[in-house]
Amino acid sequence: MISRQEVEHVARLARLHFDEEELARLQPELGQIIDYVRQLSELDLSGLQATSHAVALKNVLRPDEPVAGLTQEEAISNGPDVERGQFVVPRIG
Amino acid sequence: MSTKPTKGGTGMQRDGWEAVIGLEIHVQLNTRTKMFCGCEVTFGEPPNTHVCPICLGHPGVLPVTNEKAIEYATRIALAFDCRIADHTIFHRKNYFYPDLPKAYQISQYDLPLGIGGHLDVELEDGSNLRVGITRVHLEEDAGKLIHTGGTSGRIDGADYSLVDFNRGGTPLVEIVSEPEISTPDQARAFLTQLRSLVQQLGVSDVNMEEGSLRCDANVSVRRPGEPFGTKTELKNMNSFRFLHRGLEAEIERQIDALESGERIVQETVHFDPGTGLVSTLRSKEEAHDYRYFPEPDLTPIELDDTYVERVRSGLPELPAARKERLMAEYGLPSKDAALLAANKPLGDYFEAVAAATGDPRISANWVMGDLSAYLNVAGLEVSECAVSAESLAELLGLVRDGTLSGKMAKEVFETMTATGKSARTIVDEKGLGQISDAGELDAIVARIVAANPGPAEEFRQGRDRVLGFFVGQVMKETRGQANPQVVNDLLRAHLA
Amino acid sequence: MIADTGDCGRERAGDGSVLDVTTLTAYRCRQLLEDGEVSATELTRAYLHRIEAVDEAVQAYLLVDGAGALGAAAAVDAKPRAERLPWEGVPIGLKDIFCVKGMETTCASRILKGYVPPYDATIIAKLRAAGLIFLGKLNMDEFAMGSSTENSAFKTTRNPWDLDRVPGGSSGGSAACVAAAEAPWALGTDTGGSIRQPASLCGVVGLKPTYGVVSRYGLVAFASSLDQIGPITRDVKDAAALLDIIAGRDPRDSTSIGLSDPIGVPSRGDLEGLRFGVIKEFVGGACDPGVRDVFDSGVDAISMLGGVCEEVSLPSVERGIAAYYLIAPSEASSNLARFDGVRYGHRAAHSEDLLEMYTRTRSEGFGVEVKRRIMIGTYALSAGYYDAYYAQAQRTRTLIIQDFERAFSRFDFLVSPTSPTVAFKIGERTADPLAMYLSDLCTIPVNLAALPGISIPAGFSAGLPVGLQMIGPHFSERGLLNAAHAVEQKLEVDVVPPLVEVAG
Repeated sequence: MISRQEVEHVARLARLHFDEEELARLQPELGQIIDYVRQLSELDLSGLQATSHAVALKNVLRPDEPVAGLTQEEAISNGPDVERGQFVVPRIG
Repeated sequence: MSTKPTKGGTGMQRDGWEAVIGLEIHVQLNTRTKMFCGCEVTFGEPPNTHVCPICLGHPGVLPVTNEKAIEYATRIALAFDCRIADHTIFHRKNYFYPDLPKAYQISQYDLPLGIGGHLDVELEDGSNLRVGITRVHLEEDAGKLIHTGGTSGRIDGADYSLVDFNRGGTPLVEIVSEPEISTPDQARAFLTQLRSLVQQLGVSDVNMEEGSLRCDANVSVRRPGEPFGTKTELKNMNSFRFLHRGLEAEIERQIDALESGERIVQETVHFDPGTGLVSTLRSKEEAHDYRYFPEPDLTPIELDDTYVERVRSGLPELPAARKERLMAEYGLPSKDAALLAANKPLGDYFEAVAAATGDPRISANWVMGDLSAYLNVAGLEVSECAVSAESLAELLGLVRDGTLSGKMAKEVFETMTATGKSARTIVDEKGLGQISDAGELDAIVARIVAANPGPAEEFRQGRDRVLGFFVGQVMKETRGQANPQVVNDLLRAHLA
Repeated sequence: MIADTGDCGRERAGDGSVLDVTTLTAYRCRQLLEDGEVSATELTRAYLHRIEAVDEAVQAYLLVDGAGALGAAAAVDAKPRAERLPWEGVPIGLKDIFCVKGMETTCASRILKGYVPPYDATIIAKLRAAGLIFLGKLNMDEFAMGSSTENSAFKTTRNPWDLDRVPGGSSGGSAACVAAAEAPWALGTDTGGSIRQPASLCGVVGLKPTYGVVSRYGLVAFASSLDQIGPITRDVKDAAALLDIIAGRDPRDSTSIGLSDPIGVPSRGDLEGLRFGVIKEFVGGACDPGVRDVFDSGVDAISMLGGVCEEVSLPSVERGIAAYYLIAPSEASSNLARFDGVRYGHRAAHSEDLLEMYTRTRSEGFGVEVKRRIMIGTYALSAGYYDAYYAQAQRTRTLIIQDFERAFSRFDFLVSPTSPTVAFKIGERTADPLAMYLSDLCTIPVNLAALPGISIPAGFSAGLPVGLQMIGPHFSERGLLNAAHAVEQKLEVDVVPPLVEVAG
């Protein structure tokens, strides 16, 4: 189960918008999926470490050496809206 | 507003309030390349000319950690006497903003690189304030936003904004202090000390104007003895002066609010350097939920003892060690040693003077006395001082060999600071050499004693204090240049 | 799409004989090129014709780069044969999830329509260096989220064995392409089964290597701790060869390790001395009886080759789907946050302010399943839920890893059906997302444990392909592929679907 309020809150966090019709479908679907995955809370796993990487590596680093990047033109080439070499975004406030 | 300094340096109290301040400092590292990609770290270049798919957050890219950044962060953590974590990892801090290309910042969360250190801060009144350092961690910087249209480049009223990612991905070290700072003055002293220390490590330009040193503050107020009040986060103070003013303003605002019966809301407060005012951004945006989770694209970093010791041995002499050495080598008392150790340029200056004069005591007295007073009044850094260590040593040499009395030396010093001339030059030009020749002085003493039979008799009757009158007369006659010790001896001889 | 050069799908080879691409493996292509029986241009043309002839029906390709492919082929032909690299001139299909410099890469999503990467993925650079010819980009479930390729924003790929059925997903385009001989081989990606399951449903070979064997740099990320790139091929020999080309530690990928030795050509003829564990939890009730029968014949084949088969229980794998559908969406919700309309891809027009721009861009640009998973992931990571969901799932993962470790102390390899069912009808499962997720039962735990897994064609049920999955310990690719090769040779399954070519 997931409440309508929670769905709207999560949608805001994810910068997604759903209309009434979509919400009507989404809410029970999410509820069903969350109820399913919630089964894991039945397990007592307190003695276990969480695994982030099944194949454990550590200390992978790179030297502080420059590597050729992009030209300004390449950098902005995919930009939907650019001005004076920079990416334009609408009013933030 | 009435401010009364409290005893024991517990902080500013206005009408029975005290402030609790914690600082969050970001130091931009001067590595050659960015934190997670090989783009060069630059300043002031044309927009988006030092970027690559990685720091632009293109689909499919992956970060790789800069080994130099790890070393520099370790240096910083060691300088604050932190414990270096034996297992440290990166986390993703998720939020949307145009200067954040991946919509998450790679940072550190619950397993930072350094924990539990401190910084000793020399306060203006000479006392020492030890401020705890909660943590030292690494993260990447965001890009730069310019707000255009509207007025004066501020975000409110801007029509749109432009984003430049040159700065994005630059390594940052975040240093968080415990909330153990009580006044804007202390905060300023803390930041000054921190800046000096980090500068010595050679890991950053720590220039607030250029943004390589940034400082935010967490501020709350409370009645003494009560639990912590609600804190706000104070941002956008990009100079030492603004830090001070911002803190003053926010403390003021909180006290005003609480006294009018309002509650403090935990929120971000924005300092406006133009007006000197603080404002709360009561936007509809809710508190950030950063949804931290361990960065799956990076490996943990485990720094073993060998590595940590190698970094430690490469550090310049840090204040704590320097203090001990100053005490041992020069026999300085603890308080003096602490002061000179805390201020590296001043400490360097002292050691140069002591080496030249061979007399640590007189060197310390002068460096911490007349020299420091002069620098304070003139608002100068040691590096900007008109009198070099060698010059001061020369002056002190003239005191030690009797050419100048202590009092004369102070006058000469003043002239030295004003004209930049050497002590010897000034002494010669003004004929200021102290008269120590007993023969020369004897004639003067004899004359004065003869001219003042009354006081002479009083002295012979046992009124010792009258000697001062005679000394004064001799000094007047010799324009202050007579060696007081010689004069004393001669007077006693003639008055016997 | 491409210039018509006459006979559809049947390019004339240098000696005048007809080149039937449906009979070609990558090794066979290489042989023909080496022997001079066919030029690189003729070979590429043959594939381009085949695409033209069947892709109308199969819909495997999102983008066919005929001009680029022929140009690259011509360059190969300009080189004397003696100077060419072993695989130079052999064409390949690429799942549209790899960044190819200068070539549109969409991940089958509207939000990346028109995006042209300014860089090559590491594996793409390796393929280029080896001289392979890029035929084009293959359809997939949007951002690799799906098990049927029905979540593509642009088209629905069909299973070449039955055009009313799904090819599986998310690498459905890649699997269908290879099955339909629209390329001799292809690359896909596998996060929860997305190479193995479509390979199984389409009757071809699909290999997911050990996590870290292949660099992920330039692979558009879905779930960072699970994604791996792997070959989809007509036989195990080709899979080994393609893996050798793309494997290797990459300094640009901190999680990459590579393989200590190349696989070479799998040559194992029997399975004497090897022990195979049949995973009990994967042959249970969820498994279709027809699939079970084919799988059993696969187990028989293993026994006939001298392998010892025994049932083994890995109880925690039943929790695999739940753990996966927490971990993967959580990582994905973060990985997909960069699609915000600022620097590339779709941006909603005429937004009043930034918040509106973000929200409309993402709502317009992402499909339904992607949005669903972003929502689940955002929820699972949000304040107050992290420990109960994401962290608990990562602990469950540890449990699953331990079960596999225990199993591998007794067995050399583990086997199961790749998918509990054969290919289902298009539209059959779209109404119930959870039902769709449950079809990944047999493949997901392998990703969670970062193990290598391969699906090989094992036979047919009701005329539709059934795959047998073989799983090995970490970095056991050489042994795994050798064992799989032996079984494949024994089973001798026909991999050519009865596709009718359309006159071009």
